Parts: sequence; C-alpha cells; structure tokens
Amino acid sequence: MDEPQITEDLIAAHGLKPDEYQRILEIIGREPSFTELGIFSAMWNEHCSYKSSKHWLRTLPTDGPQVICGPGENAGIVDIGDGQAVVFKMESHNHPSYIEPYQGAATGVGGILRDVFTMGARPVAAMNSLSFGAPDHPRTRTLVNGVVAGIGGYGNCFGVPNVGGEVRFDPAYNGNCLVNAFAAGIADTDKIFYSAASGVGMPVVYLGAKTGRDGVGGATMASAEFDDTIEEKRPTVQVGDPFTEKRLLEACLELMQTGAVISIQDMGAAGLTCSAVEMGDKGDLGVKLELDRVPVREDHMTAYEMMLSESQERMLMVLNPELEAEAKAIFDKWDLDFAIVGETIAEDRFLILHGNEVKADLPLKALSGTAPEYQRPWVPTPAATPLADVPEVDPIDALRALVSSPNYASKQWVWEQYDHMVMADTIVAPGLGAGVVRVHGTDKALAFTSDVTPRYVRANPVEGGKQAVAEAFRNLCAVGARPLATTDNLNFGNPEKPEIMGQLVGAIQGIGAACTALDMPIVSGNVSLYNETDGEPILPTPTIGAVGLVDHVDHLIAGTAREGDLAILLGETVGHLGQSALLAEVFNRHEGDAPPVDLEAERRHGEFLRDNRTLVQAATDLSDGGLALAAFEMAEAAGVGVTLDDGATAHAFGEDQGRYLLACSFDQAEALMVAAARAEVPVATVGRFGGDRVRIGASQAELAELAQIYRTSFAAAVA
Amino acid sequence: MKAGVIVFPGSNCDRDMAVAFEKAGADVQMIWHKDSSLPSGLDVLGVPGGFSFGDYLRCGAIAAQSPICRAVVDFAGKGGHILGVCNGFQVLTETGLLPGALMRNSNLKFICKNVELTVATDDSAFTSGYERGAQITVPVAHHDGNYVIDQDGLSRLRDEDRIAFTYASNPNGSVADIAGVLSENRRVLGMMPHPERRVEAAHGGEDGAAMFRGLIDALVPA
Repeated sequence: MDEPQITEDLIAAHGLKPDEYQRILEIIGREPSFTELGIFSAMWNEHCSYKSSKHWLRTLPTDGPQVICGPGENAGIVDIGDGQAVVFKMESHNHPSYIEPYQGAATGVGGILRDVFTMGARPVAAMNSLSFGAPDHPRTRTLVNGVVAGIGGYGNCFGVPNVGGEVRFDPAYNGNCLVNAFAAGIADTDKIFYSAASGVGMPVVYLGAKTGRDGVGGATMASAEFDDTIEEKRPTVQVGDPFTEKRLLEACLELMQTGAVISIQDMGAAGLTCSAVEMGDKGDLGVKLELDRVPVREDHMTAYEMMLSESQERMLMVLNPELEAEAKAIFDKWDLDFAIVGETIAEDRFLILHGNEVKADLPLKALSGTAPEYQRPWVPTPAATPLADVPEVDPIDALRALVSSPNYASKQWVWEQYDHMVMADTIVAPGLGAGVVRVHGTDKALAFTSDVTPRYVRANPVEGGKQAVAEAFRNLCAVGARPLATTDNLNFGNPEKPEIMGQLVGAIQGIGAACTALDMPIVSGNVSLYNETDGEPILPTPTIGAVGLVDHVDHLIAGTAREGDLAILLGETVGHLGQSALLAEVFNRHEGDAPPVDLEAERRHGEFLRDNRTLVQAATDLSDGGLALAAFEMAEAAGVGVTLDDGATAHAFGEDQGRYLLACSFDQAEALMVAAARAEVPVATVGRFGGDRVRIGASQAELAELAQIYRTSFAAAVA
Repeated sequence: MKAGVIVFPGSNCDRDMAVAFEKAGADVQMIWHKDSSLPSGLDVLGVPGGFSFGDYLRCGAIAAQSPICRAVVDFAGKGGHILGVCNGFQVLTETGLLPGALMRNSNLKFICKNVELTVATDDSAFTSGYERGAQITVPVAHHDGNYVIDQDGLSRLRDEDRIAFTYASNPNGSVADIAGVLSENRRVLGMMPHPERRVEAAHGGEDGAAMFRGLIDALVPA
C-alpha cells in the first residue's frame, strides 16, 4: 500500500514541531517515510522522551545502599534482604481514562503490572491515586464509576490485591481526570531481568497477545492538550484483556526460570517501536524486524499501524536461541503467541521490513539518544499571600462538614470493588494509611502508600513537593515500617507555559530535598504533562508512591484504639490553617501558604515512633483535616468514642506537618513520655478514647451519627 | 491426606487454597486443566477462585468444558469430595455437580469484604468442624455471586439440609441468603466466600481454618 506524502499538516498531526522535523531531516539526511515519521513521533513525544522534564528529573536522588536499580528500566528495584527485592513503579493513564474511563483505567493497571513482571517479579500489590473534577460536574459520576470498575475489572481478574490509594475531587480536574496506577512485585535478586539486548544475530521474539489497530498513536495523544475534539480520540484508547495478561505473567515467569531470556521489555506506549528501540539502545545494538511475522488480529495492517499499535498484553524478548523449543513450549502451554520477528544486528540501525519492502531504515541510537531535550523557561510560583483571619468554628460542625465531603469521607465504596485480599497475604487492608502485604512464605511485610496534597503544591510547589514525600514517610512509619524508596508520578499542565514549568521545577526541588533527607530515593517514575483542557490546567499533582519494609509482622503497628486509651499527639502544633481542608471545605477559601515541612523533625518523629512501637496500641499520621479528622477516623475504625480537650479551630484543624496521633494505654503512655523526653521529641496528651461520643472542646456528637455520614457520603455524592 | 487443586489458566486463588490445605496438614498436588485424569489416591479436590478463562462469557462456562472437568465429574461420581470456592463454585454449577447458578451481584458491582456467615448445617465433612448455627466471618470477593435456583430446587435444598452457609447480611442478592450448597451425597460443596483467606491470625481471623481441619479429620481415619 502506498504511504501518504509527508506534508506540514501530517507533521503537525504527529505532534512534531517544525524545528523537531528539521532535526529529523538532519539526522537521516533525507525526507522520512510515513512509517519513519510515525516512529520519530512515537519516540519523541513527551510521554516517551521526557523532553521537558529530563533536565530536572536528573536532579532527583536515585541512589542508596538499598537500591538495586534506579530509574531508566521498566521499574525500580530495591533490596529487602534475604536475596529478595521489591520491584515497583507508578504510571499515569490520565488521558485515556478521561476519553474511555473503563478501558483507560483498566489498561493503566495492565501496563504497570507488565512493567513489574517484565523484570521477573510477581506482582503482589497495587494502588491507585485518582483525581476527579467537582462531584457535581456532569462527567464526574461517569468517570468515577468507569475508572473504579476498570481498575477492579483488570486487577481482580489478574489476581493482585489492591491495597491502597487516594481519591480526590477538585473542579481543576473537571476536564482532565488523573489515574495513577502503582504496582509492586517481589523477585529474587539473582533472577532480575533487564531490557538491554546483548549478542549479535540473536532472535527477537514477540510474546503474548496479537497486534491490532487499537491504540495507534496513543502516546502522541497522551502528550496533547484536550479540546472539543476529544470524542474523536476514542479509537486511540486500547482495550485490556486481563485474562491474557494473567497468562502472560505466568508464562513469562516460567520462561525466566529456563534461562531462555537474554533480555525482555514490555510493549507499552508506542508498542513495538518503543520496546525494540529501547532494547537495542541499551544494548548498543541494532534491531531488524520483519513485520510479516508479527501475529496480527486484523487484516491488511500497515507497517505504520503495526509499529505504533498499543495493543495490550505483549512483550518483546531477546531469546537464547539454544532454548527456543523450551521457550515455545511454555507459550504453547499458556495458549499465547510466540513468534520470532527479527534479530539483533551489529550496526546502529533500526530496520523495518514488511512485504519485501523496507518501511523504515533509521539510525537506532538517534531515535532515543537524540530525542529533543528542552530547558523550558520557567518562573517560580509567587509566594502565597498571607492568610486572612479564619473565624472560630464549632469543631463538631466542621468535622461533620469534612466527613460529608467525598474528599474526606470513607473510600470504602471504591476499595470494596477491588479484590484487596487475593494471594492471602494482605495484613492491613485499605482504608486508613498504608496497606500492608506479607512477603509470601516469610515473616516480613511490605507497606505501601500513595500521597500528595495538590492544593499545597499549587500554593507552594517546593513545600508541597516535600509534603507529598513527608506524608508518605509518615504513613509508612505509622504502621511500623521503615521507608525504603519512592516512585513519583508527576502530573502537571502544559510545560510550555513558564508558570506551569515553574510548578514542575519547584515540586521536583521539594521532592528531591525530602527524598534525600528521609532516605527514600526515587527509583522509578513517570511524568504526565499537558493535563489541560481548553487551556485550563489541573492542580499540580506530583503523586508519591512509597514502599516500606517491616522486618517481622509482629513489629507492625496495626491495632485499633481501645476504651480508655490516651490520645497522644507526637509532633509540634502551631495551628497552620493556610490551604487546609477546613478552609477549602467549610469556607470555600483557597488561601495562604502550604504548611512548611521540617524534614529533620519528620525524620526524628518517624524514627521515634518506629523505635517505640511496642508502646503504641494504634497510630495514624496527621494530614488533611488535622487532629480532629485523624482522631475521628481512629475512633471510627475502633468503634469507640474520642474526646479532644482543646476545641480551638487552629488546634483541631491545623495541618502542621510531622505529626502523628497515637493511642496508648496509661502505662504505655507513661513510658512513651519518658522516651520522648530522652529523645527530645514533642509529645502531649490531647484527649482519650472511650464512650460512644465524639467530643471536641465543648462540642459533641454521637460517634454513630458521624460514622454513618462518613461511611455513606462518598457513594451519595458520586455513585 | 492428599488434596488436589485444579489450575485453570485464569485461576488466581489456587495458591491460596493449596496453602490452606497444607496448613491443615494435607499433601497438595496442583493439577493443570489440560490434564484429562486426576492423580490417583486423592482424598479431596479443590476447585479454586479466580477467572478461569477470563469469565468474559458466563463465569465458569468454558472451564466446565476443559479436559480436567470430565475427570472431576467422574471423581464426584465415585464419591470423591470436592470443594469449589468462588469461581470454583461457578464451575461446579456449570458442570451440573451442584444445582442452581450464580448471576451478577444485585448491585452490579464487584464486592470484596468480610461477611458474616451462618453455618446452616454441620452434616458434611466440610462443615463438621463447625457447630450448626455458628456465626463465622469469611471474606467474599466476586462479581457474580448472586445464587439463583427455582422454587422446587430451593425446597429440595431445604428439605435435604443441603444449604451449607447463609449470609447474615446478604451482599449479592442470593436466593434465601444462600452462600454455599452441598450436593445430594453431601460430598461436593460450592461456596462463594473464601475460607482459604481466613486461616491464620495475620488474616484477621481463622474462621476458615476449621473447614480445612474438619475436612481432614473427617476424611482421614483416626
């Protein structure tokens, strides 16, 4: 079939700027073919090349004694001792989920699971951080229901427990929801697989599902802003098949045991193109592909379509040719496609043959190595104006307002649609704070959390960036885990606007500082830019996914508050109300600065809690809604009332950082006070648990009444 | 005591069920769905949860046609004990070993949570570890657990004391709150809740363990 002529319109439709096209002409010394144009577009879009963010991402701390593999591979790898490692990453599927919520979210889950098992790890936990528009926006209900069903539909069938996440609502996401999917797996440290090809003349093998036309151009779509043509973009969304993914998982893990795999890479964004180029580039080899051998499920597919298809559940592997028969037998057993589609070659060349024709012949290194990199102009976010007076509120009325909001109501409606117990190693279910999963067959456990407070990041990207990491740190410490490492999913608007670029730069600076101070290096991540609709950007949302290790399940802090326990506040309270949940939900005010984060204090308080975990019956971190919401959530989980002595608004609802609420028996509390004095850590008794009422200062309500609101408000708003 | 666990390509609770059998003291053998015969000397067979063939059609319908299911039906015919959990229950109804069918949950959503069950009969190897009428906590995790059976079938189940478990608070719309049923010879049990997810303290409770222990006590001569 004849390929279209290259025209200015065609170049623009591929998301390539005129200067970028000039660069292509310089690199190859001639006009590209249509297929070649598609390949460049796929490799150079923001989603695959990180061209706007790369410069700043390099400043992040990525190393540490615990790190086996940092960013650059399919997922990060961190040592958990005893010859095992945790492999994890978070990735966005924002644009596809807005266009087609069920399949967009489902394939987001599928993609992140593949990133993990490509490396030889069996997925053991998933999380999802979701941001939607205003609850009353006409599209929100459809998106929430579709996204949640899609995540469940994929993860439940695949068989990975979903142990945590976040759901938030803000009008800034009206035209652009965020779906950030996290997955973690466990591998033996001597059986980790990487993507770098090695050896010349080695067979390149296509594994998994057949290639169709779904998702052609998806990565380029994901790097564009939305406008009113969005409905036309639906065909760029892929369709997921979790049953095939489950078989692909089992077949790959079996295959990896045989020694047949030299290197392996999943086909994600820009499918065959991106995976083949990445394997060749990392191995300093060229790749030749013969597209006539690619298993297809549609007739008359062109080279262009095959190279850019984002059909799901596919892998590319460089095979040890001596074990071809064994390898093929495993894929036959699981009824999956196994086809040798090419070979590694010595010269730096990406050669695509189809129907006895050369469809592309490009210098391979240049496709990834010379991708444009921009130092986009940026302006620092202006300092927030000081917060005007906040009137005193009735603390129970304010608490009632918070738990009535789908932002702070229980997310049970969401996580009950996810299988959070499959694999029978879930020890702490989703709901509050970190989820905990036992390392199968051992007494160790891993804790998982995902956190960010976008309204803080908007007010102050540096402190907001720090806060996201600090909150993740606290959620891990609150279950008794030692924070190990972090993955970041940076969701921002159009980086070509200096103020948006300033948000990105500031957030990265804050995240970097916090990850260094708290010894939680970034080992993997993803950047999602152009999250704008008709020029309106989302709230800057750098989602932090973090993993912690619990040496023995007996060391977990996983209890609930008991009748008579003292409520003890660990950390300093100033009463910071700027950008607080109270201000937003009760007063509809979005003012003031984000709370400052004292990283040194964060570290000391977290270590103090872990060191003294035997003195603590239950613990939770303080974040949105401050002491009042934390105390209520702890009481509600335990089914006992709580009394907080001080009902002053700033005391009850201030969002000062570095704080935890602990439940301790009287004897434990005494010992804790002594330990705190010795460690010079601020602790104070702020109330007690017991009875069947929630009392804050002079105001009170039945726990059951508030619990009813808390349990039903989410579904009432959006289900 | 020798237990077998069937593995379909989309099973995902096969390991969990094997672990629960092993914890109770059984030797466990995994059995691939393409095999056409069972290992000899099995005391009990487990059909685990998951999405056997993706469940894009009626859940369990394709699994029921797999080679191993002919052997499973033969095993039942010879008086073998079979435990089907969740998707396993769906497969057993599709093979005809158990009456009724599992439809989409009445709220149309996947439901994963702990539920309270009432042990409706202790007259089976599976439920011998419980007292009749006991309240136990076991999780459910399914999209299609809404048990349906016609009026005559329901009357028979009741008359023959073949309702094994009922929900204290019906999560999925099942007829008569039914969570699990026994075959006529009381040697095949299908249930939607997952007893294998509740067999040790780390699971938050051990109410499921009594099923596996009771089964072994009942099947292994003292």
